[in-house]
Amino acid sequence: MSKKKETSSDVEHWLYAYEQMAKIREFEEKVNELYMKALMPGLAHLYSGQEAVAVGVCEALHLDDYITSTHRGHGHCLAKGAAVDRMFAELLGKEAGFCKGKGGSMHIADPDSGNLGANAIVGGSMGIATGAALSAKMRGSGQVAVCFFGDGAVAQGLLYEVMNMAALWKLPVIYVCENNNYSEYTHRSETLAGEIIARAQAFGIHAETVDGQDVQLVQETMQKLVDRARRGEGPAFLECLTYRYYGHHVGDINRTYYRSKEEEHDWRENHDPLKLLAEKLIAQKLTDRAVLDKILADVATEVEAGMQFAINAPFPNPSEVNEDVYV
Amino acid sequence: MSEREITFSEAIREALAEELRRDPRVFIIGEDVAEAGTPFKVLSGLVDEFGKERIIDSPISEPGFTGVGVGAAMTGMRPVVDIMFGDFLTLSMDQIVNQAAKVHYMSGGKLKAPIVFRTTMGATRRSAAQHSQSLQAWVSHVPGLKVVMPSTPYDAKGLLKTAIRDENPVVFIEDKLMYKMKGIVPAEEYLIPFGVADVKRKGDDITLVATSSMVQVALGAAEKLKEIGISAEVIDPRTTWPLDKQAMIDSAKKTSRVIVIDEGYEQYGVTAELASVIADGAFYYLDAPVKRMGAMNVPIPFSPVLEDLTVPTEETVFQMAKSLCQRS
Ligand SMILES: Cc1ncc(C[n+]2csc(CCOP(=O)(O)OP(=O)(O)O)c2C)c(N)n1
Ligand SMILES: [Mg+2]
Repeated sequence: MSKKKETSSDVEHWLYAYEQMAKIREFEEKVNELYMKALMPGLAHLYSGQEAVAVGVCEALHLDDYITSTHRGHGHCLAKGAAVDRMFAELLGKEAGFCKGKGGSMHIADPDSGNLGANAIVGGSMGIATGAALSAKMRGSGQVAVCFFGDGAVAQGLLYEVMNMAALWKLPVIYVCENNNYSEYTHRSETLAGEIIARAQAFGIHAETVDGQDVQLVQETMQKLVDRARRGEGPAFLECLTYRYYGHHVGDINRTYYRSKEEEHDWRENHDPLKLLAEKLIAQKLTDRAVLDKILADVATEVEAGMQFAINAPFPNPSEVNEDVYV
Repeated sequence: MSEREITFSEAIREALAEELRRDPRVFIIGEDVAEAGTPFKVLSGLVDEFGKERIIDSPISEPGFTGVGVGAAMTGMRPVVDIMFGDFLTLSMDQIVNQAAKVHYMSGGKLKAPIVFRTTMGATRRSAAQHSQSLQAWVSHVPGLKVVMPSTPYDAKGLLKTAIRDENPVVFIEDKLMYKMKGIVPAEEYLIPFGVADVKRKGDDITLVATSSMVQVALGAAEKLKEIGISAEVIDPRTTWPLDKQAMIDSAKKTSRVIVIDEGYEQYGVTAELASVIADGAFYYLDAPVKRMGAMNVPIPFSPVLEDLTVPTEETVFQMAKSLCQRS
């Protein structure tokens, strides 16, 4: 979560954003490895390529602001402040996981960092985020709620029901659509009519589209939207243009039937959020390669340690199976 | 205790008003709940005392306002979500079943959704197939939910107050035809715990386990049975989950004959679960198979002549009990 308040300069802040993005990138690399080595039960939807969205958005938030996340949620979770080791533990179904191993990749929740949970129902958390915003408003807490979802989720009717209510009641909620062009194995041109932000605009909701690979742009835009919401000026909608580097999930390896290798290569080479930020900071002489490499090395050490922790951690006791059904 | 007679609808309203007064986190959200007080007028007047910030008129968006309720519940509020007709539960099912019911478990106990979904049930109002169903089996099927089916004004008030204070999602199902029914309700505050059945009538020869709308039907049948010398016990589980298995089993052991009556469809219905619990727990004491009576397995028809055939009545329950006791 945002170190902005603690860091003294812009440079330090953007280096922190770089570190956060690098952590997500490295985390997902390790998740992929765990899957390939058959060490992880089930599947996972990797966030690689989209790091600037989660980090840019969450850096504009306070620790107690709410987010709701998706099946592709590891990035949101880390960016909002979750610890690497307990995330790995959750992915491996271990007792030390954020949800005691009961949630897994698609259900990580960390209320301590305001994360109300990932959701395996596409669009399923749109009501929850909007309700969290209603609750914040009723309690006068000054919190905002952010709802992350993909371009595919825009097809769910729930979005239109809750945007209508959010606009009517001026709720402090920001809908963040990560438009990575695909829902599963289908390009959005086959599933999405019209413009994404036009949907929000139809409700009179302030909406913007940004390059989701530019963490600075995402954060600056998001900051404006968060400030508006905190001032009581109501909901907003942010569409971030982005791309997932891997398949829909770790098992989606042969992808040429729905997208070309050239397209993937172009995004990785020319639109990578980490490269983009590094180039900018170096060009502005705010940092140099050695500083960035040190960040990458430190992140790799932290992620490796977190993964080892999870691998060695115990599974839950079988008696846990019927605990937590009811409070 | 000072006792008074009030209607079922007044009992619900009193429970809500008392809880709204007691706990500032409680609020109501649903269609036409404020000035209109719902089409059934159950909430009339609440908006005058609590204002439109706490009695929230929502757009016609069942999944939307149900989900908004769940999110508010997860972040410190105590919403009471009004789902006008039980038939509309189907629209809200993802939010109730996949979100509210599972969030505590999926988060390893870290999140919770203390929320009440108030809805209705019951046929014979000439409302046809999409406004007459009793879908308690759908929600009783889901771990993580509690399901309440009050049959008297007294139970309605005490159980609704308990529901609002519960830390879990609770589906609270009211029989539309019962709203005008009067009953004795103390003026003093009281709560009724979940999972405790109530013996609505004591008897020795046969047990009638009945829920919600079917409790009055069972009591009517019991009165008729008395005239032919059969003493019927009427047990009301009051909550289908948690379920007071022991009360039903004990009664079955005593009488040795049981009919389970619920207004939901008979196929895969609440009656099937209750009958199985009883058959399992009282097998060696039973003199006859446990019988089930529910709504006929058809979409509820409009024509009164047809509709009235679809739900158990005093007469059909009486006949079933008579034949079970082998009296002609
Ligand atoms: C209600 C629902 N329908 C279908 C699915 C299966 N499913 C999982 S992810 C997904 C695609 C989602 O696409 P998008 O919202 O663009 O998110 P992305 O995967 O691109 O991050 C689908 C169809 C689901 N989990 N939930
Ligand atoms: Mg997508």
